[in-house]
Amino acid sequence: MLILSRKINESIIIDDNIELSIVDVKGDQVKIGIDAPKNIKVFRKEVYQAIQEENRAAARSAVDVIPSLEDILKKE
Amino acid sequence: MELKTKPFGVINIEEKQKITFTRGIFGFDNIREYALLNASQWPFFWLQAIDVPDLAFILIDPLIFRPDYTPDVDESDLLELELGPDDKDKKLVFSIVTVPDDQKKMTANLQGPIIINRENRTGRQFISTNQKWSVRHFIMDELAEKGGSKC
Repeated sequence: MLILSRKINESIIIDDNIELSIVDVKGDQVKIGIDAPKNIKVFRKEVYQAIQEENRAAARSAVDVIPSLEDILKKE
Repeated sequence: MELKTKPFGVINIEEKQKITFTRGIFGFDNIREYALLNASQWPFFWLQAIDVPDLAFILIDPLIFRPDYTPDVDESDLLELELGPDDKDKKLVFSIVTVPDDQKKMTANLQGPIIINRENRTGRQFISTNQKWSVRHFIMDELAEKGGSKC
């Protein structure tokens, strides 16, 4: 892993058009500003992890019986 | 072709049921080829991995329990599936369902919608940009609310 030291208001450029700037540092929390083209998706890693974990849980679903929603839906 | 499936054993599927996920599904990135099958219970579907008989996801049309659902995915992302803003007829939107032991607590993942172009048979799991949607929406509860709000 490449590790760079940066101070507040300094930034790094990735692939010419993605800029990560250090906006603020308070205690153990760092605020990062991200300037990137719209097609570059930026999410917190936790979001990916939550979706990966949920997909794994979904793949473990019991397959023998899928609950029926028909009774509920018919009531409408 | 014959396909070994998790829910039904060996069945025959048609070529048009095959969907390629060029990026896989999050957490299953290397598995790219799936088949879309009707489940025996409407309104569910199965997304069966073609090369991994033990891997299958239950899908649901989220609009059935959340009529206000929109996946909130960038138009530029949908272009990867060759879906433009006017291609509503080609676009299928699904949520992956998790069924725990207590089936009443089954949930749908609205934060990671599955979108498929049924014409070129490609699909991708996206991450919704709308923070309103989470990975666990209780289908039964939301159905009850939907029914309640109609009264």
